[in-house]
Amino acid sequence: MIDSKTLPTNYVTKPEKRATSTGRSLRTDEMIINMGPQHPSTHGVLRLEIVVDGEIVVDVIPHIGYLHRCFEKHAEHMTNYQQVIPYADRMDYLSSMSNDWAYALTVERLLKLEVPQRVEYIRVIMAELQRIASHLIAVGTYAIDMGAFTPFLWCFRDRERILDLFEMTCGARLLYNYIWVGGVSHDLPAGFVEKAKDFCKDFRTTLKEVHDVLTYNEIFVKRTANVGVLPKDVAVNYSCSGPMLRGSGVDWDLRRDDPYGVYGKFEWGVQIGKGTKGTVGDCWDRYMVRMNEMEESTKIVEQAIAWLPEGNVQSAIPKRIRPEAGEMYARTESPRGELGFYVISDGTASPYRVKGRAPAFVNLSVLPEISKGAMIADLVAIVGSVDIVLGEVDR
Amino acid sequence: MEELLQSFIGESWLLYVILAVPPLVFILLYALVTVWTEMKVSAHMQDRVAYMYTGPHGLFQPVADILKLLQKEDTIPAAADKTLFRLAPFLVFTGTYAGFAALPFSSAYIGSNINLGVFYIVAVSSIVVVGLLMAGWASNNKWSLFGAMRSAAQVISYEIPTALALLIAVMITGSLNLQEVIRFQDGGIFNWVVFGGPFPLLQKLLLLPFTFIAFLILFVAGIAEVNRTPFDLPEAESELVQGYNTEYSGMKFAIFYLAEYANMYLVSAIAACVFLGGWSSPFGDFMSGPLWGVFWIVLKGFFFVFLQIWIRWTLPRLRVDQLMYTSWKVLTPFLFVCVFAVGLILVL
Repeated sequence: MIDSKTLPTNYVTKPEKRATSTGRSLRTDEMIINMGPQHPSTHGVLRLEIVVDGEIVVDVIPHIGYLHRCFEKHAEHMTNYQQVIPYADRMDYLSSMSNDWAYALTVERLLKLEVPQRVEYIRVIMAELQRIASHLIAVGTYAIDMGAFTPFLWCFRDRERILDLFEMTCGARLLYNYIWVGGVSHDLPAGFVEKAKDFCKDFRTTLKEVHDVLTYNEIFVKRTANVGVLPKDVAVNYSCSGPMLRGSGVDWDLRRDDPYGVYGKFEWGVQIGKGTKGTVGDCWDRYMVRMNEMEESTKIVEQAIAWLPEGNVQSAIPKRIRPEAGEMYARTESPRGELGFYVISDGTASPYRVKGRAPAFVNLSVLPEISKGAMIADLVAIVGSVDIVLGEVDR
Repeated sequence: MEELLQSFIGESWLLYVILAVPPLVFILLYALVTVWTEMKVSAHMQDRVAYMYTGPHGLFQPVADILKLLQKEDTIPAAADKTLFRLAPFLVFTGTYAGFAALPFSSAYIGSNINLGVFYIVAVSSIVVVGLLMAGWASNNKWSLFGAMRSAAQVISYEIPTALALLIAVMITGSLNLQEVIRFQDGGIFNWVVFGGPFPLLQKLLLLPFTFIAFLILFVAGIAEVNRTPFDLPEAESELVQGYNTEYSGMKFAIFYLAEYANMYLVSAIAACVFLGGWSSPFGDFMSGPLWGVFWIVLKGFFFVFLQIWIRWTLPRLRVDQLMYTSWKVLTPFLFVCVFAVGLILVL
């Protein structure tokens, strides 16, 4: 049993008496269960302490920190700003490219450095491919959470093709260390452009398949529509971002509203939840935002590939960067939301402080708010729709 | 076959032991084939190839799996109720295996040709619930307990549509003896109860919609009784870890697994017997006879097992309240209408 001290103060366990049809009273009691850290659908090592009344969730208390790896402290002890990048990789291990870019962008702004145009385009291509790969996992594992196994493997099949593209480029399939301060580690290899084009063409078929078998499936809609509704104001108050925020109908995307890189040049649309199958901000909306975003990302990749300029992929910067003393916060739209890095420089070759603003961590904080009164199966649906990566939550 | 054996060994307990062997052998062989089929079917649905190395196209993989499970350490949780924990898987399997006793395999072979065959199977397969509850309770694991509660609620709820759907077939054929039910439908595909039974054309056409709906509902309720997707809530992996069999490993787990597969065939075969003419050939006298009977009933059973596999790897899972809603507010009322209508048509 769990120590009652860990329960929030406003929560009181009180056995309740209920009349049964025979007139006798039946003593019922609430049960406390640990969901995780070894549970199939907590997407990593999240531990949820849930208080249940039968199948109904009375309270949820998330416990985090099982994957804490002192990322921020490590960053202070590097001898070079570039050395932080592999650590940034490991924060959100499902979208390493986006993390690399966010960190590199912060340091570049600190240095007031302009990177070559080719680098900007390559970064957009990589980040959008990464977004597709990350959303494929989000959607695929969500299908498993709902009990459908087949869409999961279809998603992974296509994710493999993206990972193949990354492997061609930088040799790694998960933790790339590709986007560096001032450029990228390698130029695009021969054949990359053709393969990426082929992928974009074929990928729409996969999306259609997943739509057919999962999105509009009656059971799936019944399981996700009107479940875990996150109203607009709650989403804003909890500082949610990314598909969580857009699923609640807030039209906010940093790629458009606070542009970085060359995002301003492309034609694409910000996807928001419309409450097609239920209420605005339910699990189905969040799922659908991710599905639509993958399609928009495909558009961006196709445009970026078509306009890819020639040129250098690295700027002329010293091996050991020594930014002027100062501080900088730069934010990017990672697949999970607003990923920002706050870097303080004291003029030496290693950062004085690096703080990551992890979107998954912030998004997770809204979980107890939206899952009270849901059933256990709904709780799984809600956790899945938040799309957490524990590497990023715990850092 | 019973008479033949009786003439050799007379009326003794040995007779029943011998008669009980073929279903057991069938279950074991069938489980091997179905495990392999399920893996291959699911793999090809998911752009994979599944087993390829153990024998041609991985044909021997189920055997290898059994060998692995036999060698596994048989762990029992320290806090478990050890007696019940040990007993549960066997009780589950017994419930299913007992159902096979009244299941005809051909016009010449049935484990026990009792007059209340249909009723007996419905009743005896409920023992499975006791086993599942026992497993969930004895594991002393909260997730297991959830699984057990879910499975009890689910199996009991879906017994009612199953029984009502079988009742329709019984009303039409006028017998509870499965051999009689099948004999009534003998003589080709259009005599099957699902197509209205061997009646004059007008009566057949009137019966057809109701029997067809009853058949579909029987199949759906069958999937629910077997606890497979979209009704696999008792062992919903993403919600309850593994439900009632979370704490089971080794051969005990294998027996749960075997019982589930055997149950899949049981519900398929009952549906085939009462609605699709069981061992009778769809072509009248062509390819009919006791041996062809085995072929036809196994083929029909396998077809529905295949459908169950297909459905499992396609659909997501229902939620508990939706599961109950489906049974009590959709399937059961529909069947009441069907029972009433079929009764009316038969009287007219």
